[in-house]
Amino acid sequence: MDLLFDYTLRTVALGAGILGLVSGALGSFALLRKQSLMGDAISHAALPGIVLAFMLTRSKASLVLVLGAAIAGWLGMLMVLSIVRYTRIKEDSALGLILSVFFGLGLLLLTFVQRWPDATQAGLDKFLFGQAAALLQSDVLLMGLIGGLALIVMALFWKEFKLFSFDREFGATLGFPVRALDILLTTLLVTAIVIGLQAVGVVLMSAMIVAPAAAARQWTDKLSVMVALAGLFGVIAGVSGAVISSAASGLSTGPVIVLSASAIVLISLLFAPNRGLVWNWVRRRRSRQTLHIEAMLEGLYTLAEQHEVQRAHNIDVLRAMNLGRGGVQRSLRELQQRGWAEEVNGGWMLTEEGMKQAEKISDFGFRISDVHFQSAIPNPQSQIEL
Amino acid sequence: MNSFEIQIQLIALVTAVACALPGVFLVLRRMAMMSDAISHTVLLGIVIAFFIVEDISSPLLIFGAALTGVLTVTLVELLHRTKLVKEDAAIGLVFPALFSLAVILISHYAGNVHLDVDAVLLGELAFAPFDRLVIGGQDIGPTALYVMGGILLLNVIFITLFYKELKLATFDAGLAAALGFAPAFIHYGLMTVVSITAVGAFDAVGSILVVALMIAPPVTAYLLTDSLPRMIGLSALIGATGAIAGFWLAMAIDASIAGSMAGVLGTLFALAFLFAPQRGLVALAHRRSSQRWTFAQTALTIHLLNHQGAPDEIEECSFDHLEEHLRWDSDFAHHVVRQSERAGYIERRNGHLLLTENGRSHAATAITA
Repeated sequence: MDLLFDYTLRTVALGAGILGLVSGALGSFALLRKQSLMGDAISHAALPGIVLAFMLTRSKASLVLVLGAAIAGWLGMLMVLSIVRYTRIKEDSALGLILSVFFGLGLLLLTFVQRWPDATQAGLDKFLFGQAAALLQSDVLLMGLIGGLALIVMALFWKEFKLFSFDREFGATLGFPVRALDILLTTLLVTAIVIGLQAVGVVLMSAMIVAPAAAARQWTDKLSVMVALAGLFGVIAGVSGAVISSAASGLSTGPVIVLSASAIVLISLLFAPNRGLVWNWVRRRRSRQTLHIEAMLEGLYTLAEQHEVQRAHNIDVLRAMNLGRGGVQRSLRELQQRGWAEEVNGGWMLTEEGMKQAEKISDFGFRISDVHFQSAIPNPQSQIEL
Repeated sequence: MNSFEIQIQLIALVTAVACALPGVFLVLRRMAMMSDAISHTVLLGIVIAFFIVEDISSPLLIFGAALTGVLTVTLVELLHRTKLVKEDAAIGLVFPALFSLAVILISHYAGNVHLDVDAVLLGELAFAPFDRLVIGGQDIGPTALYVMGGILLLNVIFITLFYKELKLATFDAGLAAALGFAPAFIHYGLMTVVSITAVGAFDAVGSILVVALMIAPPVTAYLLTDSLPRMIGLSALIGATGAIAGFWLAMAIDASIAGSMAGVLGTLFALAFLFAPQRGLVALAHRRSSQRWTFAQTALTIHLLNHQGAPDEIEECSFDHLEEHLRWDSDFAHHVVRQSERAGYIERRNGHLLLTENGRSHAATAITA
C-alpha cells in the first residue's frame, strides 16, 4: 500500500497516464489515416532536436527539450510529406530515410555532446528508451498542459478530422483547407509524441501511437467511442507499465509500457466481439455446422423422394451421399434434436416437420444457412459509422 | 592513416555495400519500413540464441537472428491477413513488441550478457577491429570484416542468381506469379537476406542505422536513374561514399561513426533531392518555368493567327491589347513578346504585332497537335 502513496510513483504514474491518454486518442486518427508509421519517423526524428536544444541552451529543462523535439519531429514530418509530394519516392521509403538519417544525426550530436567537459549532458540518453522514474512534478504538469491543449484542439476540429480520416477527397470538394488540416493533424500527432518521449523514449514511442488505437478499433465502429477507448487503453498501458518498471530496478520504462500496450492489443484482437479472432472462429464453426445439417436434410429428402414407400435409410448411404465430408453422425443427432429426423431400426428418416423444412429449402431455393450467413456474415472491414 | 583506421574503413565500406544491395529491392517493392522492423527484432533472436548457446561469438546467434527476422515478416503478414489491422499498423505493432521484449531480457540479465542496450542502438564501429579472427594461432584480421565480407558475398550471389526473378517479382508480381516464378519464394528469400544483413551490420552500426544504410543509398539512386542495374551500382557507390566520408567526418569531430555515416548519406540524398538532373527540385522548377514561357509564346502566336486578316486586326494585334485580351500583366507581356521575336515567331511594327511565316506554322501545329 505504500506504493500507492509514494510521491515518485504517483508522479510517474500520472505522467505515464497522461501520455497514454493523449497518444491513444490522437493515434486513432493516425491509424485511420494509415499513417501509423508516421509516428515512428516523428519520434526518431525528434532526437537531434532534443540534443540541439540542449547544445544551444545548455539547459535540460523539459520545456526546452520538448520544444526542440517538437521542432525536429515536425521538420522530419514535413520532409517526409515533401519527398512524397515532389518525387516518385514512396511513403515507406521516405519514412525509413528520414527516421534513420535524423536518428543518425541525433546520435552524432549525442556522442559529440557526451565528450564535452561539463557533465550536465548526462541523462540525455534517457530519451532513447525513456526513464519515467526521472519525471518531476513540473514535467508532469507540462505534459498535462500541452496534452490538454492538443486534446482541446482535437475537440474543436472534431468534425473536420472525422471527415478527413474517412474521406479526404470529399472534404476537399467541400472546400476545407486540405493541406492546412493535414498539417494541423500531424502537428497534433507530433505534440502527442514529444510529450511521451521522456517516459517512453524515441525508439518505442511510435508504439504508443499505434497500439492503443489498433486495440480500440477492434471493439467499436464508432469514431468517438474508438478515440475514448484508445485514450483509456493508453492510460492503462502507461500507468501499468510505469508501475511495473518502477517496481523492478534498472528497467527502462519504455519497453515495459510498450509490452503492456501490446498485451492489450493481443487481447483485443482475440476477444473483441464481432471482429475478434476467437469470435470469428466460433462464427465460422457454427456456419459450417449449419451447412452440414442442411446437406443432411437435403440428403434425406432426396432419398425420401426416390422411394415410394417411406423407410429409414442406413447411415452408410448418407455417408456416401455426403462425399466423405464427415460429421454425418453429429449432423443427424442435431436433426434429431430439432425433431426433423428420427432413428428407426438403426436407420434414419425425416419426420413430418423435417419434410416441411426440406421442402422449404428446395422449393424456394431458400437455405437455412443463408439466414445464418446474413445475420452472421463476418465483416471485419465494416465501415466506421460517420 | 594507421592500420586500425584502414580496417575500420574497410569494415564500414563492406557493411554499407552489403546493406545497399538488398535495400534497392526493399525500396522498389515498397517495403522499406520492413527493414526498420527487422533490424529491431533481430535483437530478440540474438538474445534468445545467446540464452541457448551461452556464447556471444557463436555463429548460431546470426542464425537465430535471421530466423527472428523472417518470423517478424511472417507475423506482420499474418496480422495483416486477419484484416483486423492495416499493413502499416501491423508493422508498427509487431516490431516494438518484440524489440521491447529483447530490451527487457537484456536489462534483466544485464549481469550475464555481454550486450548492452546502447551498443544495440549505436553499434560501435570503432571497436570492431579489436575483435580478431584467429585461426590456428594466426591473427588473420578483424572478425567483423570476414562476417560482413561473407554477407556481402551472399547478397551478391543472391541478387545475381535470382536477378531475373527479383526484377520481375518487383515490377510485376502478377506476371511473375503467372509465369510460375513463385513470388512468395522470392519474397521470403529477400527477407532472409535482409535479416542476415541486418544482423551482421547491426553489430557494427546499430539497429537503426542499418535502416539508413539500407534505405538512403537506393532512395538517392532512385532519383538519379531509371535503370535497375544502374540503380544497384549507384546504390553501392553511394553507400561506399557514405561509409568513407562518414568515417572521416566522425574522426574530425570525434563522434559516432555510424551516426556520421547516416549524416553523410542524408546529405547525399538532400543533394540529389535538390539537384538531380531530371527529378531534382531545381530541375523540376526550371522545367516548370520554361514550360510556362513556351506556353505563353504559343498562346501569343495562336492569338495573332486567329485575328490576322480579320476586321478587328488592328485592335486585337496591338501590343497594348495583350494585357486585356490574354490577361497578362505588362511586364510579362513585354517578356513574352521579346522572347517570341527572338524565336522568330513574330515581328513588331509600330506597336502592331505581325506573325512571321515561322510563327504561323508554329501556331498551326500547336492547334492541330
